[in-house]
Amino acid sequence: MTMTAPPGARAGSAALPRLLAGCAQQRVLGLAEHEREYGTLWLRGRSGQRRPDRLIDMVEAAGLTGRGGAGFPTGRKMRSVAGHGETVVVANGAEGEPASAKDRLLLTYLPHLVLDGITVAADAVGATEAHLCVHRGEHELIDGLATAVAERRHAGLDPVPIQVTGIPGRYVSSEQSSIVHYLNGGPGKPTFAPPRPHESGVRGRPTLVNNVETLAHVALIARHGDRWFRGAGLPSAPGSMLVTVDGAVQWPGVYEIELGTCAGEVVMLAGGPTEDLQALLIGGYFGAWLPVEVAWPVPMTQAGLRAVGGALGAGVVIALPGSSCGLAETARVVRYLAEQGAGQCGPCLMGLPALAGAIADLAFQGGRGRAVEAIAALLPLVEGRGACRHPDGATQLARSAVRAFIADARWHDQCGPCDGVCRAPLLPIPGDEEEDWNWT
Amino acid sequence: MSFALNGPALWYATRATGLVTLLLLTGTMLLGIVTSGRFASENWPRFLTVGLHRNMTLLVLVFLALHVGTTVVDTYTSIPATAAVIPFISSYKSPWLGLGAVAVDLLIAVMLTSLLRNRLGFRAWRGLHWLAYACWPVALIHGLGTGTDRRTLWVFVAALSCVAAVAAAATWRLATAGRAGTR
Amino acid sequence: MSHQLRVNPIACNGHGVCAELLPEIIELDPWGYPILRSAKVPPALVMHARRAVATCPTLALLLERAQNRRP
Repeated sequence: MTMTAPPGARAGSAALPRLLAGCAQQRVLGLAEHEREYGTLWLRGRSGQRRPDRLIDMVEAAGLTGRGGAGFPTGRKMRSVAGHGETVVVANGAEGEPASAKDRLLLTYLPHLVLDGITVAADAVGATEAHLCVHRGEHELIDGLATAVAERRHAGLDPVPIQVTGIPGRYVSSEQSSIVHYLNGGPGKPTFAPPRPHESGVRGRPTLVNNVETLAHVALIARHGDRWFRGAGLPSAPGSMLVTVDGAVQWPGVYEIELGTCAGEVVMLAGGPTEDLQALLIGGYFGAWLPVEVAWPVPMTQAGLRAVGGALGAGVVIALPGSSCGLAETARVVRYLAEQGAGQCGPCLMGLPALAGAIADLAFQGGRGRAVEAIAALLPLVEGRGACRHPDGATQLARSAVRAFIADARWHDQCGPCDGVCRAPLLPIPGDEEEDWNWT
Repeated sequence: MSFALNGPALWYATRATGLVTLLLLTGTMLLGIVTSGRFASENWPRFLTVGLHRNMTLLVLVFLALHVGTTVVDTYTSIPATAAVIPFISSYKSPWLGLGAVAVDLLIAVMLTSLLRNRLGFRAWRGLHWLAYACWPVALIHGLGTGTDRRTLWVFVAALSCVAAVAAAATWRLATAGRAGTR
Repeated sequence: MSHQLRVNPIACNGHGVCAELLPEIIELDPWGYPILRSAKVPPALVMHARRAVATCPTLALLLERAQNRRP
């Protein structure tokens, strides 16, 4: 599911497309085509001097925030890394979130946009080492990226050579401290902070870890400036973002939207619902369920979603039809998340399986009047008690499920599983055979 | 009996403090094993195990100092002070005496690294702490080899009890290994 | 000058010694892992907190000077 919508299906927005401008042909853009589409990237100003600070100023003024899920201001992150000697840039293209496909789309069709972003960020923070990390099982993707890197080497484009690195395929391995841990020779498991990567990362050096979409935006800001970036979106939430739309919609796929677009508009962009909807899952498996009437008018911004108890996350929007059972879908996802923990922290190792069991009990067995209380009792025991945000994502999803599907939950408690439980699973969950079970 | 530097009093003191050191060291080992095995009951909280383990090590040090001190000062055997930490430089009852120095070295290593635990970090400290499993048997063999009391029944029984206790504790620890904790 | 307690959840193995020594602030969850009722340590309990930190078998309990940390 990496295709964008059929051309012409996009809603009217004068500012778009930006990132996806090169996607019209839906094939890999080589270096020459990339430069034709997006323009050339200059590392030196007109005077021929390097001015790395200028990029950081522009990114800060543009108000770009991280597109990997945490939404941290990118300019601030870059500033905290820069000026501390030889630093490292790591582009996170691992996309552990099973429901998200935007990073894969960027890396497959528009690799040079991401590689531009890495180069320009490396220049700005004084990096002498740069990595582009993807799941090591993605052989085709790695080959394509290696080809793109070689193309650029011939053209003399990247002063800091970019190493395409395969990392373990586990869900938590794509967390930023896990990646740094792996690059330092350890297992792909999260580490205890402090220190954070921007203080001490790869080989102890300050490391800038950014999602590949964030770096693609940086590549365009470097070309067009911060005022251009703010020409889309809202003053409080500027720019554009990629969203992955899936579920009961006509054309599931990756779309580019301006920040502040309503969730309902996003669903319509994807061709609209194929059935009556009951809820939207926004953010991904560490996001939140929202009843469709609450979600439809909400602007796709961090503040807007937080105001209704949701989260922007990795820009995933999944439409749940009325014929599905939200509790059953959640039970499957939380079970997956429980299996995907690193097993390092007691409350997560013990708590997530217990939580998964309680939700499964409610969804598939009917709860017998106790499951909702059991879930509510478990949430504070798990939330915030791990070294990384993995358990928090699961608790956020679980809490939002109980809230959004409260009527269903009461019905399940009294009468047992509903018919929707038998419907084929909607939310994608990697199977055992697709899993890369090694941490090192 | 007057206290002469070559009289039997020092010799008795050496043997006695040696035996007490071994018993205390065994106690320390047992408490260390119980710490990692997380034993606790209504009347025996976990901090008691951890605290006693550490304090008993200090007692071991005291009696070890007396044991070494009385040996060195005794003019009946000319064992230099350095023989306490450098193994096998004295020919007296070699190799059994030398093993005592090996045990002392191991004990110093274990204790120093525990004092510097915060600076070492947990992983490094734990790896070095395993040397305790080398220190105790070496001390025991030193005692049985050098000691002139091994033919005395109650001393022999005491030594055997030490071995039995540690063996039992280690077995219990291995058997309950899967039960608790994250790894 | 106030102090703050923090647990390193990766180092923590659920021994539970800390909860015995500082029950005013630390209690154990159903699986034996520590829950901090509050991160702040009142001055009267600092000595007990230091003892709990020193007694933790895996060095998982940390006592720090209270400061504003960036996220």
